[in-house]
Amino acid sequence: MAKEFKAPKNIKYVGFCPGCGHSIFVRLMQEVLEEKGYLDKNVCVVGVGCSANVHGDNVYGDNKMECHHGRPPVAGNGMKRVRPDVFVWTYQGDGDAYAIGMGETILAAEQGFPISVFVINNCNYGMTGGQMAPTTLHGQVTTTTTKGRADYPINVMPLIQSIDNVAFAARATVTSPAEIRKLKKYIEKAVDLQMNEGKYSFVEIVSPCPTNWHKSPVDSCKWIDEEVTKVFPLGVFKG
Amino acid sequence: MKELWKGNHAFGEAAARAGCKLYVGYPITPQSEVVEYMSDRMPELDRVFIQSESELISIMTCFGAGLSGYPVMTSSSGVGISLMQEGITACFNKGIPVLIVNVNRTGTGMGGGPGFSGSQDDYGRETNGGGNGYYRNLVYIPDSIQEAIDMIYNNWPIAFKYRNPMVLYTEGRLAQMMEAVEFPEFREIVAADWGMTGEAKLDPEFGPHRGDYGKYARKIAKMEEECQDWEDYMLDDAETVVVAVGLCSRVCRGAINALRKEGVKIGMLRPKAAWPFPRKGFEALPDTVKRIICVENSDGAQMLKDVVFAMKQVKALNTIPVYSKPNHGLLPNKVLKEYFQNVINGNEKEVG
Ligand SMILES: Cc1ncc(C[n+]2csc(CCOP(=O)(O)OP(=O)(O)O)c2C)c(N)n1
Ligand code: SF4
Ligand SMILES: [Mg+2]
Repeated sequence: MAKEFKAPKNIKYVGFCPGCGHSIFVRLMQEVLEEKGYLDKNVCVVGVGCSANVHGDNVYGDNKMECHHGRPPVAGNGMKRVRPDVFVWTYQGDGDAYAIGMGETILAAEQGFPISVFVINNCNYGMTGGQMAPTTLHGQVTTTTTKGRADYPINVMPLIQSIDNVAFAARATVTSPAEIRKLKKYIEKAVDLQMNEGKYSFVEIVSPCPTNWHKSPVDSCKWIDEEVTKVFPLGVFKG
Repeated sequence: MKELWKGNHAFGEAAARAGCKLYVGYPITPQSEVVEYMSDRMPELDRVFIQSESELISIMTCFGAGLSGYPVMTSSSGVGISLMQEGITACFNKGIPVLIVNVNRTGTGMGGGPGFSGSQDDYGRETNGGGNGYYRNLVYIPDSIQEAIDMIYNNWPIAFKYRNPMVLYTEGRLAQMMEAVEFPEFREIVAADWGMTGEAKLDPEFGPHRGDYGKYARKIAKMEEECQDWEDYMLDDAETVVVAVGLCSRVCRGAINALRKEGVKIGMLRPKAAWPFPRKGFEALPDTVKRIICVENSDGAQMLKDVVFAMKQVKALNTIPVYSKPNHGLLPNKVLKEYFQNVINGNEKEVG
């Protein structure tokens, strides 16, 4: 018998492009919040980038903090410290977390802020039209590296992994049902670590951006599986 | 009973008593003692203390924590306040009544140096906003440590009423000196009902993307009318009116007292709130007024523009001459007395 997949009750619509990885993450997170009973006990700290597409009342009700570019871990820490019973999580892009917000990203890990950090790594600045990000691959063409990127991307995982205060660090992707199921497990783990033990987790999601990559959704997933994951390997790196 | 307290310590204690739930700060002279004081005091009271890694992180921590509806506070000086501007406009945008103590050091850039005793150089930035967009902070300028305590305690609820950031704007010297003061009772810590609790509910007024941008300008206009705050000093029969704020007004007061003893009809209009500027104080000036003198502890005249604008709004003052005395550092009251006398004798040039 066919299994029916019901949409989580808090999602009315999402404003992402077809084939975008953001929307899969949004849906998974919503499922986890619903299943674990945190729909009315969570604050989503939204960075600037395509994650901001969840603003308005279309997703997650209105418990979203509209935060400035790169600052979500710090604002999230503020909220968590005065409302410790709330699940506080950041929802950022790679530009948000590793360019303008790199300081905040490392700081949050180093200090072990009692929050969970989720970064959508799509190897570019999606929202502003596909410019180079710190994660843009060597040779990758973007609107600001039209001849292909000359230098090399940053992989934050070795650094995050080396920090004592990090309870859990993992990288996932959304290119197949098996990978999506792994991502869901990582999200659940981050929720549990924060709510039961007050610990910091870091999850990066390698995510297709068909629009700015100028690839079909299927080709985008192929490129992730064949090229991107060589530079950004998947798996659990800590915890 | 009154006790001797250092300014910076008193600012922290006043905020704690006013119900501050979280304090976050980064060391910078001449405000570092606020951070030091709160590092002990907040945990002792079972509140949150965070030492941040930059002033940007301070204000963005306040942004996140302040969205809970609890009173939150930060403090800094000079470049530190410059670094906060991104977060201050963010707090305005979301209607967060964060308390920011600006202990002004001196000058542009790194400032400081011999200027740690402070100035009113940030007057223009504080009263005009300093981040992007059209916004204003409530700006209170105390002339004593006791008044700073009272402003923090009594005016923070005003910031909550209008959901607007509030700046206690003061000078290095006031923060560093000691005075005999008295503190009010501890107030209960409460989160405003608009605060985020983790529930999927709307912030009806300042939630994200609600479209009605006119609400900000309307709020500013309302505060402009309702939040003016000033002191009249010996104005009843005054022919000469001095306008000055903070420690600068204290020196002016000395000069005014000395001149009064000689029978000179001089008084002072002292803005306690620099934004909104006390236009109503100018409206209420007596018919005897013949001239206005604006004195500032700033490299150049800044408050002067507010004074001139206020006078422009009050018909009776439209033709009255204005004199301006900005100075790098506090002028001794002897020098000011002489200057006031020179103005009265017609030996100084009016502005304009
Ligand atoms: C201080 C600041 N600088 C620049 C911007 C413009 N901006 C908006 S989104 C964005 C890039 C976001 O890229 P990323 O974080 O990778 O998110 P994505 O859209 O790729 O998911 C930039 C630079 C901004 N909002 N704030
Ligand atoms: S631009 Fe890229 S990241 Fe943004 S919604 Fe479209 S596909 Fe997704
Ligand atoms: Mg991106």
